[in-house]
Amino acid sequence: MAPARLRIAARVERLPEAVAFVEEQADRFGLGPKKLFGLTLALEEAFVNICHHAFPSGEGEAELACDGVGEVFVLEVADTGTPFDLLALPIPDLTADVMERRIGGLGVYFIRTFSDSVSYHREEGRNILRMSFNRA
Amino acid sequence: MDIQTSTADKALVVAVGGRLDALTAPEFERKAAELIAATPGPLIVDFERLDYISSAGLRALLATAKRIKAAGAQMLCVGVTGPVREVFDISGFSAVFQMHDSVVGALAAVD
Repeated sequence: MAPARLRIAARVERLPEAVAFVEEQADRFGLGPKKLFGLTLALEEAFVNICHHAFPSGEGEAELACDGVGEVFVLEVADTGTPFDLLALPIPDLTADVMERRIGGLGVYFIRTFSDSVSYHREEGRNILRMSFNRA
Repeated sequence: MDIQTSTADKALVVAVGGRLDALTAPEFERKAAELIAATPGPLIVDFERLDYISSAGLRALLATAKRIKAAGAQMLCVGVTGPVREVFDISGFSAVFQMHDSVVGALAAVD
């Protein structure tokens, strides 16, 4: 498949559009249904994180890029906001009684769990989160 | 996301369908808070028709569970299967919430 890109305002209201774009690319690639769920979840967690944290003093954009590399579907979620490595967050404490406290870091935990590999780098003023999903 | 409510004999049943994501979770939380205020007591959330849930959806459920607990009642989850179940399991939420296979099973567990 040819790489596809979407620039989209980093606002939670635009989430359905981001999901529709990535689902369409995954469908073209032929990603398995179980993987598709994890892909959509990882996308939401990455996109919403940008919406909430990347642009504290205003609004910005997120850029989504999808590509198929052999048997692997690659999703990159990028922004030009505050430098931030989502992957540096600690794994949430899921053993303690969650009813008694605020839970953080769940989104990045889902990204790690549902993707087959994930990496972060900062390049030319952009945060780039790269997530890979095996075809099946 | 869509929400359907019904009353079983000892509890309020809220069936949620579609997607519980960052966009729809606030609506779920608000609606649940209204229901809890209007009808105090146990709340059964039926996930049978729910296709998708994210961390935002889980947070809305957690907030709802806390609200019910503060009112001295309990929240019970039923019909959590498939990928939604996987999200519950991975996050540890299936160990935190009361999970039941069916509304009937949940009703039997209500005090």
